Amino acid sequence: MLDPATTPSAAELVRHEGQKRWTRFLLPTYTIAMIVYLASPILVMILYGFNDVPHERQTPEFWGFTLSWYRQIFGVPGLSDALQNSLLIALIAASVATVIGTFLGLALGRYVFAGKALLLFFIFLAIAVPEIVLGSSLLTLFIQSRFILGLGTILVSHIAFDVPFVAVTVQARVAGMDRSLEDAAYDLYARPTSAFLRVTLPQILPGVFAGFLLAFVLSLDDFVITQFVSGTTQTFPIWVFGATRVGLPPQVNVMGTLLFAIGLAIAIGNVVVRRRSRGLT
Amino acid sequence: MEAAPVAHRRSARRGRGLAPYALIAPGAGWLLVFLVIPLLILLYTSLESGGLLFGGFRFTWAFSNYGDAISGNLRYFERSLLYASIVTITCLVLAYPMMYWIAFYGGRWKTSLLLLILLPFFVSFVIRTVQWGFILADQGIILGPLKHLGLLPQDFHVLATPFAVVAGMTYNFLPFTALPLYVSLERIDPTMVEAAKDLYASRWQSFRRVVIPLSLPGVFAAFLLTFVPATGDYVNASVLGGTDTTMVGNIIQDRFLIQNAYNEAAALAAVLMLAMLVLVTIYARVLGTEDVVRSAAG
Repeated sequence: MLDPATTPSAAELVRHEGQKRWTRFLLPTYTIAMIVYLASPILVMILYGFNDVPHERQTPEFWGFTLSWYRQIFGVPGLSDALQNSLLIALIAASVATVIGTFLGLALGRYVFAGKALLLFFIFLAIAVPEIVLGSSLLTLFIQSRFILGLGTILVSHIAFDVPFVAVTVQARVAGMDRSLEDAAYDLYARPTSAFLRVTLPQILPGVFAGFLLAFVLSLDDFVITQFVSGTTQTFPIWVFGATRVGLPPQVNVMGTLLFAIGLAIAIGNVVVRRRSRGLT
Repeated sequence: MEAAPVAHRRSARRGRGLAPYALIAPGAGWLLVFLVIPLLILLYTSLESGGLLFGGFRFTWAFSNYGDAISGNLRYFERSLLYASIVTITCLVLAYPMMYWIAFYGGRWKTSLLLLILLPFFVSFVIRTVQWGFILADQGIILGPLKHLGLLPQDFHVLATPFAVVAGMTYNFLPFTALPLYVSLERIDPTMVEAAKDLYASRWQSFRRVVIPLSLPGVFAAFLLTFVPATGDYVNASVLGGTDTTMVGNIIQDRFLIQNAYNEAAALAAVLMLAMLVLVTIYARVLGTEDVVRSAAG
Protein backbone atom coordinates (compact mmCIF):
# COMPACT_ATOMS: atom_id res chain seq x y z
CA MET A 1 0.00 0.00 0.00
CA LEU A 2 2.60 2.51 1.10
CA ASP A 3 5.73 2.46 -0.94
CA PRO A 4 8.43 1.13 1.43
CA ALA A 5 11.14 3.08 -0.40
CA THR A 6 9.73 6.42 0.64
CA THR A 7 8.95 7.35 4.19
CA PRO A 8 5.25 8.15 4.59
CA SER A 9 4.45 11.82 4.87
CA ALA A 10 2.59 13.14 7.87
CA ALA A 11 -0.50 13.61 5.74
CA GLU A 12 -0.36 10.00 4.66
CA LEU A 13 -0.02 8.86 8.24
CA VAL A 14 -3.04 10.90 9.25
CA ARG A 15 -4.97 9.40 6.35
CA HIS A 16 -3.95 5.93 7.41
CA GLU A 17 -5.17 6.60 10.93
CA GLY A 18 -8.41 7.89 9.45
CA GLN A 19 -8.84 4.65 7.52
CA LYS A 20 -8.34 2.60 10.66
CA ARG A 21 -10.89 4.67 12.48
CA TRP A 22 -13.46 3.75 9.82
CA THR A 23 -12.83 0.03 9.62
CA ARG A 24 -11.75 -0.61 13.20
CA PHE A 25 -14.24 1.55 15.05
CA LEU A 26 -16.99 3.37 13.16
CA LEU A 27 -18.22 0.64 10.82
CA PRO A 28 -18.14 -2.21 13.37
CA THR A 29 -19.96 -0.04 15.91
CA TYR A 30 -22.52 0.85 13.28
CA THR A 31 -22.96 -2.81 12.32
CA ILE A 32 -23.53 -3.82 15.94
CA ALA A 33 -26.03 -0.98 16.36
CA MET A 34 -27.90 -2.20 13.27
CA ILE A 35 -27.95 -5.77 14.56
CA VAL A 36 -29.40 -4.53 17.87
CA TYR A 37 -32.00 -2.59 15.87
CA LEU A 38 -32.87 -5.69 13.83
CA ALA A 39 -33.13 -7.77 16.99
CA SER A 40 -35.11 -5.23 19.05
CA PRO A 41 -38.67 -6.45 18.29
CA ILE A 42 -37.49 -10.01 18.93
CA LEU A 43 -36.14 -9.00 22.33
CA VAL A 44 -39.41 -7.20 23.08
CA MET A 45 -41.35 -10.31 22.02
CA ILE A 46 -39.31 -12.50 24.36
CA LEU A 47 -39.52 -10.02 27.25
CA TYR A 48 -43.30 -9.57 26.95
CA GLY A 49 -43.77 -13.34 27.06
CA PHE A 50 -43.01 -12.89 30.76
CA ASN A 51 -45.29 -9.87 31.17
CA ASP A 52 -47.58 -10.27 34.17
CA VAL A 53 -50.56 -8.51 32.52
CA PRO A 54 -53.77 -8.52 34.54
CA HIS A 55 -56.39 -9.33 31.87
CA GLU A 56 -54.71 -11.99 29.73
CA ARG A 57 -54.28 -9.41 26.97
CA GLN A 58 -50.92 -7.86 26.15
CA THR A 59 -50.37 -4.16 26.96
CA PRO A 60 -47.49 -1.86 26.00
CA GLU A 61 -46.69 -1.52 29.72
CA PHE A 62 -44.58 -4.12 31.49
CA TRP A 63 -46.22 -5.29 34.75
CA GLY A 64 -43.54 -7.59 36.15
CA PHE A 65 -42.24 -11.09 35.54
CA THR A 66 -44.34 -14.22 35.46
CA LEU A 67 -43.93 -17.70 34.02
CA SER A 68 -47.67 -18.35 33.95
CA TRP A 69 -47.99 -17.87 30.16
CA TYR A 70 -45.38 -20.56 29.65
CA ARG A 71 -47.35 -22.84 31.95
CA GLN A 72 -50.59 -22.10 30.10
CA ILE A 73 -49.02 -22.09 26.63
CA PHE A 74 -51.97 -23.94 25.09
CA GLY A 75 -54.54 -22.05 27.16
CA VAL A 76 -56.02 -20.17 24.18
CA PRO A 77 -57.91 -22.77 22.08
CA GLY A 78 -58.11 -20.90 18.76
CA LEU A 79 -54.44 -19.98 18.96
CA SER A 80 -53.30 -23.55 19.59
CA ASP A 81 -55.36 -24.82 16.64
CA ALA A 82 -53.92 -22.09 14.42
CA LEU A 83 -50.37 -23.01 15.41
CA GLN A 84 -51.09 -26.67 14.79
CA ASN A 85 -52.48 -25.83 11.32
CA SER A 86 -49.39 -23.74 10.56
CA LEU A 87 -46.96 -26.49 11.54
CA LEU A 88 -48.92 -29.10 9.59
CA ILE A 89 -49.17 -26.92 6.48
CA ALA A 90 -45.50 -25.96 6.66
CA LEU A 91 -44.43 -29.60 7.05
CA ILE A 92 -46.52 -30.92 4.15
CA ALA A 93 -45.92 -27.95 1.83
CA ALA A 94 -42.17 -27.95 2.48
CA SER A 95 -41.93 -31.72 1.95
CA VAL A 96 -43.81 -31.69 -1.36
CA ALA A 97 -42.00 -28.53 -2.50
CA THR A 98 -38.64 -30.07 -1.61
CA VAL A 99 -39.26 -33.11 -3.84
CA ILE A 100 -40.60 -31.08 -6.76
CA GLY A 101 -38.08 -28.27 -6.29
CA THR A 102 -35.12 -30.66 -6.04
CA PHE A 103 -36.00 -32.16 -9.44
CA LEU A 104 -36.25 -28.65 -10.87
CA GLY A 105 -32.94 -27.65 -9.30
CA LEU A 106 -31.24 -30.77 -10.68
CA ALA A 107 -32.52 -30.10 -14.19
CA LEU A 108 -31.55 -26.40 -14.01
CA GLY A 109 -28.16 -27.09 -12.49
CA ARG A 110 -26.91 -29.61 -15.02
CA TYR A 111 -28.90 -29.61 -18.26
CA VAL A 112 -29.35 -27.28 -21.15
CA PHE A 113 -32.80 -27.71 -22.63
CA ALA A 114 -35.31 -25.87 -24.75
CA GLY A 115 -37.49 -23.69 -22.53
CA LYS A 116 -34.89 -23.39 -19.78
CA ALA A 117 -34.74 -19.60 -20.08
CA LEU A 118 -38.52 -19.38 -19.84
CA LEU A 119 -38.58 -21.66 -16.80
CA LEU A 120 -35.85 -19.57 -15.13
CA PHE A 121 -37.86 -16.45 -15.86
CA PHE A 122 -40.97 -17.90 -14.21
CA ILE A 123 -38.94 -18.93 -11.17
CA PHE A 124 -37.48 -15.43 -11.03
CA LEU A 125 -40.99 -14.01 -11.42
CA ALA A 126 -42.33 -16.12 -8.55
CA ILE A 127 -39.58 -14.75 -6.32
CA ALA A 128 -39.82 -11.12 -7.46
CA VAL A 129 -43.58 -10.53 -7.86
CA PRO A 130 -45.21 -8.99 -4.75
CA GLU A 131 -47.03 -11.49 -2.57
CA ILE A 132 -50.27 -9.54 -2.81
CA VAL A 133 -50.33 -10.17 -6.58
CA LEU A 134 -49.67 -13.89 -6.12
CA GLY A 135 -52.33 -14.06 -3.39
CA SER A 136 -54.91 -12.14 -5.47
CA SER A 137 -54.28 -14.22 -8.56
CA LEU A 138 -54.53 -17.51 -6.66
CA LEU A 139 -57.80 -16.30 -5.10
CA THR A 140 -59.25 -15.51 -8.55
CA LEU A 141 -58.20 -19.00 -9.69
CA PHE A 142 -59.99 -20.59 -6.74
CA ILE A 143 -63.07 -18.40 -7.14
CA GLN A 144 -63.37 -19.05 -10.88
CA SER A 145 -62.85 -22.79 -10.51
CA ARG A 146 -65.15 -22.86 -7.45
CA PHE A 147 -62.61 -24.37 -5.10
CA ILE A 148 -63.61 -24.24 -1.46
CA LEU A 149 -61.06 -22.14 0.42
CA GLY A 150 -59.35 -23.90 3.30
CA LEU A 151 -56.46 -26.18 4.13
CA GLY A 152 -56.29 -27.57 0.57
CA THR A 153 -56.03 -24.18 -1.13
CA ILE A 154 -53.49 -23.01 1.46
CA LEU A 155 -51.38 -26.10 0.82
CA VAL A 156 -51.26 -25.87 -2.97
CA SER A 157 -50.51 -22.14 -2.75
CA HIS A 158 -47.71 -22.65 -0.26
CA ILE A 159 -46.19 -25.39 -2.41
CA ALA A 160 -46.35 -22.99 -5.37
CA PHE A 161 -44.37 -20.24 -3.64
CA ASP A 162 -41.99 -22.69 -1.92
CA VAL A 163 -40.94 -24.56 -5.10
CA PRO A 164 -38.93 -21.72 -6.71
CA PHE A 165 -36.91 -21.18 -3.51
CA VAL A 166 -36.09 -24.87 -3.17
CA ALA A 167 -35.22 -25.03 -6.88
CA VAL A 168 -32.70 -22.18 -6.74
CA THR A 169 -31.16 -23.47 -3.50
CA VAL A 170 -30.65 -26.95 -4.97
CA GLN A 171 -29.52 -25.51 -8.30
CA ALA A 172 -26.73 -23.60 -6.54
CA ARG A 173 -25.57 -26.83 -4.91
CA VAL A 174 -25.79 -28.88 -8.13
CA ALA A 175 -23.81 -26.28 -10.06
CA GLY A 176 -20.99 -26.53 -7.51
CA MET A 177 -21.05 -30.35 -7.46
CA ASP A 178 -18.18 -32.60 -8.49
CA ARG A 179 -19.56 -34.67 -11.37
CA SER A 180 -16.61 -37.03 -11.68
CA LEU A 181 -17.97 -39.20 -8.85
CA GLU A 182 -21.20 -39.67 -10.74
CA ASP A 183 -19.31 -40.49 -13.91
CA ALA A 184 -17.30 -43.05 -11.97
CA ALA A 185 -20.55 -44.67 -10.79
CA TYR A 186 -21.75 -44.93 -14.38
CA ASP A 187 -18.39 -46.27 -15.53
CA LEU A 188 -18.85 -48.98 -12.92
CA TYR A 189 -22.22 -49.82 -14.48
CA ALA A 190 -24.42 -48.34 -11.77
CA ARG A 191 -28.07 -48.10 -12.80
CA PRO A 192 -29.37 -44.49 -12.99
CA THR A 193 -31.56 -44.88 -9.89
CA SER A 194 -28.82 -46.31 -7.72
CA ALA A 195 -26.30 -43.80 -9.06
CA PHE A 196 -28.74 -41.04 -8.12
CA LEU A 197 -29.56 -42.40 -4.69
CA ARG A 198 -26.05 -43.41 -3.68
CA VAL A 199 -23.86 -40.81 -5.39
CA THR A 200 -25.79 -37.73 -6.53
CA LEU A 201 -28.28 -37.38 -3.67
CA PRO A 202 -25.70 -37.53 -0.84
CA GLN A 203 -23.74 -34.80 -2.60
CA ILE A 204 -26.66 -32.42 -3.04
CA LEU A 205 -28.27 -33.31 0.30
CA PRO A 206 -27.05 -30.17 2.12
CA GLY A 207 -28.72 -28.08 -0.60
CA VAL A 208 -31.89 -30.14 -0.39
CA PHE A 209 -31.95 -29.79 3.40
CA ALA A 210 -31.34 -26.03 3.18
CA GLY A 211 -34.15 -25.80 0.62
CA PHE A 212 -36.50 -27.72 2.89
CA LEU A 213 -35.72 -25.45 5.85
CA LEU A 214 -36.18 -22.33 3.74
CA ALA A 215 -39.52 -23.64 2.43
CA PHE A 216 -40.63 -24.61 5.94
CA VAL A 217 -39.81 -21.18 7.35
CA LEU A 218 -41.41 -19.32 4.41
CA SER A 219 -44.53 -21.41 4.75
CA LEU A 220 -44.75 -21.12 8.53
CA ASP A 221 -44.31 -17.35 8.33
CA ASP A 222 -46.49 -16.59 5.33
CA PHE A 223 -49.25 -14.13 5.94
CA VAL A 224 -50.24 -12.32 2.75
CA ILE A 225 -50.84 -15.21 0.35
CA THR A 226 -52.42 -17.27 3.13
CA GLN A 227 -54.82 -14.47 4.01
CA PHE A 228 -56.08 -14.43 0.43
CA VAL A 229 -56.57 -18.18 0.03
CA SER A 230 -57.45 -19.38 3.56
CA GLY A 231 -61.17 -18.62 3.76
CA THR A 232 -62.06 -19.18 7.41
CA THR A 233 -59.12 -21.49 8.18
CA GLN A 234 -56.71 -19.96 10.69
CA THR A 235 -52.95 -20.21 10.64
CA PHE A 236 -50.65 -18.78 13.31
CA PRO A 237 -49.87 -15.47 11.53
CA ILE A 238 -53.52 -15.07 10.44
CA TRP A 239 -54.75 -15.63 13.99
CA VAL A 240 -52.21 -13.16 15.40
CA PHE A 241 -53.14 -10.52 12.85
CA GLY A 242 -56.83 -10.97 13.62
CA ALA A 243 -56.21 -10.74 17.36
CA THR A 244 -54.26 -7.45 17.20
CA ARG A 245 -57.53 -5.52 17.21
CA VAL A 246 -58.85 -7.09 20.40
CA GLY A 247 -55.44 -7.46 22.10
CA LEU A 248 -52.93 -10.28 21.93
CA PRO A 249 -52.80 -13.00 24.56
CA PRO A 250 -49.24 -13.30 25.95
CA GLN A 251 -49.19 -16.91 24.70
CA VAL A 252 -48.48 -15.46 21.24
CA ASN A 253 -45.16 -14.15 22.61
CA VAL A 254 -44.42 -17.51 24.19
CA MET A 255 -45.07 -19.44 20.97
CA GLY A 256 -43.12 -16.88 18.95
CA THR A 257 -40.22 -17.20 21.39
CA LEU A 258 -40.19 -21.00 21.22
CA LEU A 259 -40.38 -21.03 17.40
CA PHE A 260 -37.55 -18.50 17.33
CA ALA A 261 -35.43 -20.63 19.69
CA ILE A 262 -35.98 -23.78 17.62
CA GLY A 263 -35.23 -22.00 14.34
CA LEU A 264 -32.09 -20.42 15.78
CA ALA A 265 -30.88 -23.75 17.18
CA ILE A 266 -31.28 -25.43 13.78
CA ALA A 267 -29.52 -22.55 11.99
CA ILE A 268 -26.60 -22.55 14.44
CA GLY A 269 -26.40 -26.35 14.24
CA ASN A 270 -26.28 -26.10 10.47
CA VAL A 271 -23.44 -23.53 10.57
CA VAL A 272 -21.47 -25.61 13.08
CA VAL A 273 -21.91 -28.84 11.10
CA ARG A 274 -20.87 -27.11 7.89
CA ARG A 275 -17.82 -25.58 9.57
CA ARG A 276 -16.82 -28.94 11.06
CA SER A 277 -17.25 -30.86 7.79
CA ARG A 278 -15.18 -28.19 6.07
CA GLY A 279 -12.51 -28.65 8.69
CA LEU A 280 -12.40 -32.39 8.02
CA THR A 281 -11.85 -32.23 4.27
CA MET B 1 -24.00 -22.81 -15.62
CA GLU B 2 -20.49 -22.61 -17.05
CA ALA B 3 -20.16 -26.37 -17.24
CA ALA B 4 -23.55 -26.79 -18.86
CA PRO B 5 -22.44 -27.55 -22.46
CA VAL B 6 -20.18 -30.33 -21.19
CA ALA B 7 -22.96 -31.70 -19.03
CA HIS B 8 -25.24 -31.67 -22.04
CA ARG B 9 -22.78 -33.63 -24.13
CA ARG B 10 -22.38 -36.20 -21.39
CA SER B 11 -26.07 -36.70 -20.90
CA ALA B 12 -26.58 -36.92 -24.64
CA ARG B 13 -23.95 -39.61 -24.73
CA ARG B 14 -26.00 -41.64 -22.31
CA GLY B 15 -29.15 -41.11 -24.32
CA ARG B 16 -30.87 -39.25 -21.50
CA GLY B 17 -32.08 -36.39 -23.67
CA LEU B 18 -35.52 -36.51 -22.10
CA ALA B 19 -34.18 -36.55 -18.55
CA PRO B 20 -34.42 -32.78 -17.97
CA TYR B 21 -38.04 -32.77 -19.10
CA ALA B 22 -38.91 -35.64 -16.78
CA LEU B 23 -37.23 -33.74 -13.94
CA ILE B 24 -38.92 -30.42 -14.57
CA ALA B 25 -42.37 -31.85 -15.36
CA PRO B 26 -43.83 -31.75 -11.82
CA GLY B 27 -42.31 -28.38 -10.90
CA ALA B 28 -43.03 -26.70 -14.21
CA GLY B 29 -46.56 -28.13 -14.13
CA TRP B 30 -47.14 -26.82 -10.63
CA LEU B 31 -45.82 -23.36 -11.50
CA LEU B 32 -47.94 -23.33 -14.65
CA VAL B 33 -51.17 -24.17 -12.79
CA PHE B 34 -50.54 -22.16 -9.63
CA LEU B 35 -48.45 -19.23 -10.87
CA VAL B 36 -48.88 -18.53 -14.59
CA ILE B 37 -52.53 -19.50 -15.07
CA PRO B 38 -53.66 -17.62 -11.92
CA LEU B 39 -52.03 -14.44 -13.29
CA LEU B 40 -54.05 -14.89 -16.49
CA ILE B 41 -57.23 -15.56 -14.51
CA LEU B 42 -56.52 -12.39 -12.53
CA LEU B 43 -56.54 -10.48 -15.83
CA TYR B 44 -59.73 -12.30 -16.90
CA THR B 45 -61.44 -11.46 -13.59
CA SER B 46 -60.40 -7.83 -13.93
CA LEU B 47 -62.45 -7.59 -17.14
CA GLU B 48 -65.67 -8.91 -15.64
CA SER B 49 -68.66 -6.80 -14.72
CA GLY B 50 -71.41 -7.28 -12.21
CA GLY B 51 -71.18 -8.17 -8.55
CA LEU B 52 -72.01 -10.86 -6.05
CA LEU B 53 -75.21 -9.04 -5.10
CA PHE B 54 -76.17 -8.30 -8.71
CA GLY B 55 -76.54 -11.84 -10.04
CA GLY B 56 -72.84 -12.67 -10.17
CA PHE B 57 -69.95 -11.67 -12.42
CA ARG B 58 -69.87 -11.93 -16.22
CA PHE B 59 -66.94 -11.55 -18.54
CA THR B 60 -67.64 -8.50 -20.70
CA TRP B 61 -64.20 -7.06 -21.60
CA ALA B 62 -64.96 -4.39 -19.03
CA PHE B 63 -61.86 -2.30 -19.58
CA SER B 64 -63.60 0.51 -17.73
CA ASN B 65 -62.72 -1.38 -14.52
CA TYR B 66 -59.17 -0.20 -15.04
CA GLY B 67 -60.11 3.44 -15.50
CA ASP B 68 -62.32 3.26 -12.42
CA ALA B 69 -59.71 1.41 -10.39
CA ILE B 70 -56.98 3.89 -11.21
CA SER B 71 -58.93 7.13 -11.03
CA GLY B 72 -60.75 6.10 -7.85
CA ASN B 73 -57.59 5.00 -6.07
CA LEU B 74 -54.91 7.23 -7.52
CA ARG B 75 -53.88 8.65 -4.17
CA TYR B 76 -53.36 5.15 -2.77
CA PHE B 77 -51.14 4.22 -5.71
CA GLU B 78 -49.20 7.46 -5.23
CA ARG B 79 -48.85 6.85 -1.52
CA SER B 80 -47.64 3.27 -2.07
CA LEU B 81 -45.03 4.43 -4.57
CA LEU B 82 -43.93 7.26 -2.27
CA TYR B 83 -43.61 5.04 0.81
CA ALA B 84 -41.88 2.28 -1.17
CA SER B 85 -39.39 4.80 -2.61
CA ILE B 86 -38.54 6.26 0.79
CA VAL B 87 -38.26 2.76 2.28
CA THR B 88 -36.02 1.49 -0.52
CA ILE B 89 -33.62 4.43 -0.31
CA THR B 90 -33.52 4.29 3.50
CA CYS B 91 -32.87 0.54 3.43
CA LEU B 92 -30.05 0.93 0.90
CA VAL B 93 -28.41 3.72 2.90
CA LEU B 94 -28.75 1.80 6.17
CA ALA B 95 -27.66 -1.59 4.83
CA TYR B 96 -24.77 -0.66 2.54
CA PRO B 97 -22.14 0.40 5.15
CA MET B 98 -22.98 -2.62 7.28
CA MET B 99 -22.77 -5.13 4.45
CA TYR B 100 -19.61 -3.46 3.12
CA TRP B 101 -17.92 -3.88 6.46
CA ILE B 102 -19.06 -7.49 6.86
CA ALA B 103 -18.05 -8.45 3.31
CA PHE B 104 -14.59 -6.81 3.46
CA TYR B 105 -13.68 -6.92 7.15
CA GLY B 106 -15.94 -9.61 8.62
CA GLY B 107 -13.19 -12.22 8.45
CA ARG B 108 -14.09 -15.36 10.30
CA TRP B 109 -17.18 -13.70 11.80
CA LYS B 110 -18.88 -13.33 8.42
CA THR B 111 -21.25 -16.29 8.78
CA SER B 112 -22.19 -15.40 12.35
CA LEU B 113 -22.79 -11.74 11.46
CA LEU B 114 -24.96 -12.75 8.51
CA LEU B 115 -26.95 -15.07 10.75
CA LEU B 116 -27.52 -12.15 13.16
CA ILE B 117 -28.79 -10.00 10.31
CA LEU B 118 -31.18 -12.75 9.28
CA LEU B 119 -32.47 -13.22 12.86
CA PRO B 120 -35.74 -11.40 12.09
CA PHE B 121 -36.63 -14.19 9.65
CA PHE B 122 -36.93 -16.58 12.58
CA VAL B 123 -39.90 -14.65 13.92
CA SER B 124 -43.15 -14.29 12.02
CA PHE B 125 -43.38 -11.08 10.00
CA VAL B 126 -46.77 -10.29 11.58
CA ILE B 127 -45.43 -10.77 15.13
CA ARG B 128 -42.41 -8.53 14.45
CA THR B 129 -44.67 -5.80 13.11
CA VAL B 130 -47.01 -6.12 16.09
CA GLN B 131 -43.97 -5.83 18.41
CA TRP B 132 -43.05 -2.55 16.73
CA GLY B 133 -46.57 -1.48 17.57
CA PHE B 134 -45.76 -2.18 21.23
CA ILE B 135 -42.38 -0.44 21.04
CA LEU B 136 -43.84 2.68 19.42
CA ALA B 137 -47.08 2.72 21.45
CA ASP B 138 -48.19 5.95 23.13
CA GLN B 139 -47.37 4.55 26.58
CA GLY B 140 -44.80 2.01 25.34
CA ILE B 141 -41.22 1.47 26.42
CA ILE B 142 -39.90 4.45 24.42
CA LEU B 143 -42.59 7.11 24.50
CA GLY B 144 -43.90 6.20 27.97
CA PRO B 145 -40.74 7.16 29.94
CA LEU B 146 -40.10 10.21 27.74
CA LYS B 147 -43.60 11.48 28.45
CA HIS B 148 -43.23 10.65 32.11
CA LEU B 149 -40.09 12.79 32.26
CA GLY B 150 -41.91 15.58 30.50
CA LEU B 151 -39.59 15.47 27.47
CA LEU B 152 -42.55 14.89 25.18
CA PRO B 153 -46.08 16.30 25.35
CA GLN B 154 -48.71 13.84 26.58
CA ASP B 155 -50.57 13.75 23.27
CA PHE B 156 -47.44 13.01 21.23
CA HIS B 157 -47.83 9.83 19.23
CA VAL B 158 -45.97 7.86 16.58
CA LEU B 159 -48.45 5.09 15.81
CA ALA B 160 -51.00 5.83 13.08
CA THR B 161 -48.59 8.28 11.42
CA PRO B 162 -46.90 7.84 8.03
CA PHE B 163 -43.60 7.76 9.93
CA ALA B 164 -44.66 4.61 11.82
CA VAL B 165 -45.63 2.84 8.59
CA VAL B 166 -42.42 3.81 6.77
CA ALA B 167 -40.31 2.87 9.79
CA GLY B 168 -42.05 -0.50 10.11
CA MET B 169 -41.59 -1.21 6.40
CA THR B 170 -37.94 -0.16 6.57
CA TYR B 171 -37.40 -2.59 9.41
CA ASN B 172 -39.21 -5.44 7.67
CA PHE B 173 -37.51 -5.04 4.28
CA LEU B 174 -33.98 -4.31 5.52
CA PRO B 175 -32.81 -7.97 5.35
CA PHE B 176 -34.11 -8.17 1.75
CA THR B 177 -31.89 -5.20 0.91
CA ALA B 178 -28.92 -6.49 2.88
CA LEU B 179 -28.64 -9.96 1.30
CA PRO B 180 -28.21 -9.00 -2.37
CA LEU B 181 -25.81 -6.21 -1.35
CA TYR B 182 -23.74 -8.78 0.53
CA VAL B 183 -23.77 -11.20 -2.42
CA SER B 184 -22.31 -8.57 -4.75
CA LEU B 185 -19.89 -7.00 -2.26
CA GLU B 186 -18.56 -10.39 -1.21
CA ARG B 187 -17.80 -11.19 -4.85
CA ILE B 188 -15.51 -8.17 -5.28
CA ASP B 189 -11.89 -9.24 -5.49
CA PRO B 190 -10.01 -7.37 -2.71
CA THR B 191 -6.95 -7.18 -4.97
CA MET B 192 -8.94 -4.77 -7.18
CA VAL B 193 -9.17 -2.40 -4.24
CA GLU B 194 -5.47 -2.96 -3.50
CA ALA B 195 -4.64 -2.17 -7.11
CA ALA B 196 -6.50 1.13 -6.85
CA LYS B 197 -4.52 2.00 -3.73
CA ASP B 198 -1.26 1.06 -5.43
CA LEU B 199 -2.21 3.56 -8.09
CA TYR B 200 -2.38 6.19 -5.33
CA ALA B 201 -6.15 6.29 -5.04
CA SER B 202 -7.21 7.43 -1.58
CA ARG B 203 -9.42 5.19 0.49
CA TRP B 204 -12.45 7.24 -0.50
CA GLN B 205 -11.50 7.24 -4.19
CA SER B 206 -10.98 3.49 -4.32
CA PHE B 207 -14.30 2.99 -2.53
CA ARG B 208 -16.15 5.34 -4.85
CA ARG B 209 -14.49 4.30 -8.13
CA VAL B 210 -13.97 0.57 -7.51
CA VAL B 211 -16.21 -0.81 -4.77
CA ILE B 212 -19.40 1.11 -5.56
CA PRO B 213 -19.39 0.44 -9.34
CA LEU B 214 -18.63 -3.27 -8.81
CA SER B 215 -21.44 -3.57 -6.27
CA LEU B 216 -24.04 -1.92 -8.51
CA PRO B 217 -25.61 -5.25 -9.62
CA GLY B 218 -26.28 -5.95 -5.95
CA VAL B 219 -27.74 -2.48 -5.48
CA PHE B 220 -30.16 -3.09 -8.36
CA ALA B 221 -31.08 -6.55 -7.05
CA ALA B 222 -31.62 -5.01 -3.60
CA PHE B 223 -33.75 -2.30 -5.16
CA LEU B 224 -35.92 -4.90 -6.88
CA LEU B 225 -36.28 -7.14 -3.82
CA THR B 226 -37.18 -4.16 -1.61
CA PHE B 227 -39.15 -1.79 -3.82
CA VAL B 228 -41.44 -4.38 -5.41
CA PRO B 229 -42.71 -6.05 -2.23
CA ALA B 230 -42.82 -2.68 -0.41
CA THR B 231 -45.18 -1.27 -3.05
CA GLY B 232 -47.63 -4.12 -2.49
CA ASP B 233 -47.34 -4.18 1.31
CA TYR B 234 -50.40 -3.63 3.45
CA VAL B 235 -49.51 -5.34 6.72
CA ASN B 236 -47.42 -2.44 8.07
CA ALA B 237 -50.11 0.06 7.15
CA SER B 238 -52.75 -2.15 8.82
CA VAL B 239 -50.87 -2.73 12.06
CA LEU B 240 -48.92 0.52 12.49
CA GLY B 241 -50.85 3.00 10.35
CA GLY B 242 -53.99 5.06 10.69
CA THR B 243 -56.70 6.32 8.38
CA ASP B 244 -54.35 8.53 6.36
CA THR B 245 -51.74 5.84 5.65
CA THR B 246 -53.93 3.51 3.56
CA MET B 247 -51.89 1.95 0.76
CA VAL B 248 -53.02 0.32 -2.44
CA GLY B 249 -52.44 -3.10 -0.88
CA ASN B 250 -55.00 -2.28 1.82
CA ILE B 251 -57.53 -1.38 -0.87
CA ILE B 252 -56.91 -4.61 -2.81
CA GLN B 253 -57.22 -6.67 0.36
CA ASP B 254 -60.40 -4.86 1.36
CA ARG B 255 -62.06 -5.19 -2.07
CA PHE B 256 -61.18 -8.89 -2.37
CA LEU B 257 -61.76 -10.15 1.15
CA ILE B 258 -64.23 -7.74 2.75
CA GLN B 259 -66.31 -6.27 -0.07
CA ASN B 260 -66.05 -9.21 -2.50
CA ALA B 261 -65.77 -6.73 -5.39
CA TYR B 262 -63.57 -9.19 -7.24
CA ASN B 263 -63.45 -7.41 -10.58
CA GLU B 264 -62.42 -4.06 -9.10
CA ALA B 265 -59.90 -5.76 -6.81
CA ALA B 266 -58.52 -7.81 -9.70
CA ALA B 267 -58.13 -4.66 -11.82
CA LEU B 268 -56.19 -2.98 -9.00
CA ALA B 269 -53.99 -6.03 -8.49
CA ALA B 270 -53.50 -6.31 -12.26
CA VAL B 271 -52.29 -2.69 -12.45
CA LEU B 272 -49.80 -3.46 -9.71
CA MET B 273 -48.85 -6.72 -11.43
CA LEU B 274 -48.35 -5.14 -14.86
CA ALA B 275 -46.27 -2.30 -13.42
CA MET B 276 -44.11 -4.75 -11.50
CA LEU B 277 -43.92 -7.10 -14.48
CA VAL B 278 -42.50 -4.28 -16.60
CA LEU B 279 -39.97 -3.45 -13.88
CA VAL B 280 -39.04 -7.09 -13.31
CA THR B 281 -38.77 -7.88 -17.02
CA ILE B 282 -36.57 -4.86 -17.73
CA TYR B 283 -34.44 -5.86 -14.78
CA ALA B 284 -34.14 -9.48 -15.97
CA ARG B 285 -33.35 -8.36 -19.54
CA VAL B 286 -30.71 -5.84 -18.61
CA LEU B 287 -29.08 -7.40 -15.57
CA GLY B 288 -30.08 -11.06 -15.72
CA THR B 289 -31.75 -13.10 -13.01
CA GLU B 290 -28.58 -14.37 -11.38
CA ASP B 291 -28.17 -11.89 -8.50
CA VAL B 292 -31.77 -12.04 -7.31
CA VAL B 293 -31.83 -15.82 -7.58
CA ARG B 294 -28.56 -16.14 -5.71
CA SER B 295 -29.84 -13.94 -2.87
CA ALA B 296 -32.96 -16.10 -2.65
CA ALA B 297 -30.82 -19.23 -2.44
CA GLY B 298 -29.04 -17.70 0.56
